[in-house]
Amino acid sequence: MSSEPTIELVEIYKSFGSTRVLEGVNLTLFPGEVQSLVGENGAGKSTLVKIMAGLHLSDKGAVRMNGQEVLFRSPSQAQHAGVSVIYQEPTLFRDLSIAENVFMHRQPKTAYGWIDYAEMSRAVSQHLSQLGVSLRPEDPVLGLSIADQQIVEIIKALTFEAKVLIMDEPTAALSGQEVKRLFQVVERLRNKGVALMFVSHRLEEVFAISQRITVMRDGRVVGSGPLGEWTTNEVIRKMVGRSLEALYPKENVDPGKVVLRVRDLRRAGVFKGISFEVRQGEIVGLAGLVGAGRTEIARAIFGIDPLDSGEVLIGDTALTDHTPQRAMAAGIGFVPEDRQQQGLVMEMTVMRNVTLTVLRQVQRFGLVSQEKEREIAALWTQRMRLKGHIEEPVSILSGGNQQKVVLAKWLATHPKLLIVDEPTRGVDVGAKSEVHRTLSHLAKEGMAIIMISSELPEVIGMADRVLVMHEGKLTAELARSEATEEAIMFAATGQTPSKPVH
Amino acid sequence: MTEESKSAYDKQGWLNVLVRSRETSLVLLIVALTVLTTVLNPRFLSPQSLKDLMLNVSIIALLVLGQTVIILMRQIDLSISSIVGITAFFSGTLFVNHPAIPSMVVVLLAVLAGLLLGAVNAALIAWGKIPSLITTLGTLYIFRGANYAWVHGRQVNAVNVPGSFLAIGTSTFAGIPILTWIVLILLVVFSIGLRQYRAGREFYAIGSNPNAAVLAGINVSRLLATGFIISGAIAGLAGALWLARFGTVDATAAEGIELTVITSTVVGGVAITGGVGTVVGAVLGALLLSVFSSTLVFLRVPSFWQQAFQGAMLLLAIAVDAYLAYRHALRSRVKWSRV
Repeated sequence: MSSEPTIELVEIYKSFGSTRVLEGVNLTLFPGEVQSLVGENGAGKSTLVKIMAGLHLSDKGAVRMNGQEVLFRSPSQAQHAGVSVIYQEPTLFRDLSIAENVFMHRQPKTAYGWIDYAEMSRAVSQHLSQLGVSLRPEDPVLGLSIADQQIVEIIKALTFEAKVLIMDEPTAALSGQEVKRLFQVVERLRNKGVALMFVSHRLEEVFAISQRITVMRDGRVVGSGPLGEWTTNEVIRKMVGRSLEALYPKENVDPGKVVLRVRDLRRAGVFKGISFEVRQGEIVGLAGLVGAGRTEIARAIFGIDPLDSGEVLIGDTALTDHTPQRAMAAGIGFVPEDRQQQGLVMEMTVMRNVTLTVLRQVQRFGLVSQEKEREIAALWTQRMRLKGHIEEPVSILSGGNQQKVVLAKWLATHPKLLIVDEPTRGVDVGAKSEVHRTLSHLAKEGMAIIMISSELPEVIGMADRVLVMHEGKLTAELARSEATEEAIMFAATGQTPSKPVH
Repeated sequence: MTEESKSAYDKQGWLNVLVRSRETSLVLLIVALTVLTTVLNPRFLSPQSLKDLMLNVSIIALLVLGQTVIILMRQIDLSISSIVGITAFFSGTLFVNHPAIPSMVVVLLAVLAGLLLGAVNAALIAWGKIPSLITTLGTLYIFRGANYAWVHGRQVNAVNVPGSFLAIGTSTFAGIPILTWIVLILLVVFSIGLRQYRAGREFYAIGSNPNAAVLAGINVSRLLATGFIISGAIAGLAGALWLARFGTVDATAAEGIELTVITSTVVGGVAITGGVGTVVGAVLGALLLSVFSSTLVFLRVPSFWQQAFQGAMLLLAIAVDAYLAYRHALRSRVKWSRV
């Protein structure tokens, strides 16, 4: 590139607690250029974006704009310096008008010191017509589509005279038509000399819109160059390329009877056409990128979210009037992703948490019997090899041990089918392999398990079969022998592999 | 631009406009109730009963102004009735102990006292990060308890209060009670403040989306504190006017009116979830509830029904809001499923 960079990130380091998220990232954006940033979940893209947006401060490293070092301590500092970020879900005031959203906290004033609504409308309608969007500045944001809300964010950025515009997964919630309009807007901004960064999982869009592609993996930039130097295969290889560790001890089990069968599940705007089955002794991995609809399917099978159509069968009986209570009675257990919010009552003891799912079993004369509670809790926590006493509050346990309590809680219900969502997120390596050993052991005893995971090595190591999702649809079903990181990533990004990649 | 928006309004149909503009529907309801009651009992529109109506609604309407600012921010201030009680007695004791004190000084000191009590709420909520529901429930009891301890069974009587001060609570100017004029002037001030100044719009922003408010660079804590201080100061003014209106004040003054104030505000279209509403609507809400109570009195409905009707109005208002939000969500979801 002959022109001077607009913004430069030099050797950026960032850790959260003991987790290193960014390890020496260098990134340069040029005026009039769209740069795409791609990488697996957890590669560090979002953290990098948040540092540029002024939401996080880096631990080490420098940010330079037009050659001068800058420090963004807040989003408004970054915006005033000319860096604007558009998030996947826009953060707007839905009760206020488009014009007010654009100018909040910096409204133009008349000579009397009153807010100049006429000027606000004029400026916003000028931008709206320049972008070719038929909205009115006085319209409330409430009721606007995500696409239109992004337009409002873009206009906000334009009124800040943004020199750098970062879009974090802007197309995730858009229809084809809306993506097209967004890309036209991007093209217009590019011609005006704005430096744009496009964070996306959709590789076809990345190739359609950008002039430069940068790939991140495990907190580092592993490749960056002009569009011409890249092929889809090359991008995917860079995204995943890491060695598989022998951490995942799934024992081979001959699958037994079908435990769960789902047929043509559909929930409008979330997923559709989902059919698969899970057998006794099987671990089925559910892979895909964040937002592909994996957790939503699990929630629907467990009866938390309603289905628009489709059937869920346990054994041969269909679940009707689907509620979590009925799902539990039918033998489904669900270990949610967010332990602290959905899986545990942090202030209660281990014992109380474990017996929450089986309160009926620990009753005597209609009252909860401490003795029976202790008995059941001791049984399951011992089997889980939980470190810590059952009368301690859950909040003082480590992440790995908390996860064991959640598992124990569901195992106490003797489920035939266990759904685990990101079972090892935020768990240290030692506890991770114990969680894996436990899951493997349960499968061997004949339990059917659906494991949702964003960690490809975990999916590949643990799953007998891998279902891959992309934007609400199943795009691949891979047997253990076929499940490579490349194959999964291809299906997860919506590509159809013409031939196997190496 | 205005031409366009007008024609868009026409297309939506009059019923839609009516339901959407809370102010219009409130005015129509008030007029309808008045006409109905007057037909049944013509004395309803006599000058004396109109004056009584205005006097009755004024102090509530005044408190509604402060509460609107609070509810717009998705907060609540329950402590106002206790602040009114304590400042009313405080104003009275000022006259008892200093018979020559100018009325204006008493009013200013009452406002200052209310402001300081509001600052206690403000500190706990904005910097102590205690939810306002809990904070102001606590100070509701604390302020009232302190008031009981201080009053200790005594009472301020009208004979101790100068006639010129009591006149604020009873006399009229141009046919409208002074008390009502005070409310109208403050209504204009609040209306302009909330519409025409950045800080005013930021109250709406905080209630609409607190996270987005932070992202926009708004100092949320400072505005929260400002809101509760304003609410306290208004309650202090209402305390002084309470004394002027009733003359006699004991420890129980204004007990329980916080619920009437909150009900009025919500009936007036200020969404309990924040971000939506106007002070004009909120004051009309107070007027509607007041007209409603008078109607029941004129129609000789037993007084215990009044409370039930008030509660029913509150639920109706919330149901209308919820219905509108539901219809909106439905429309957006239809948009979504086309995706």
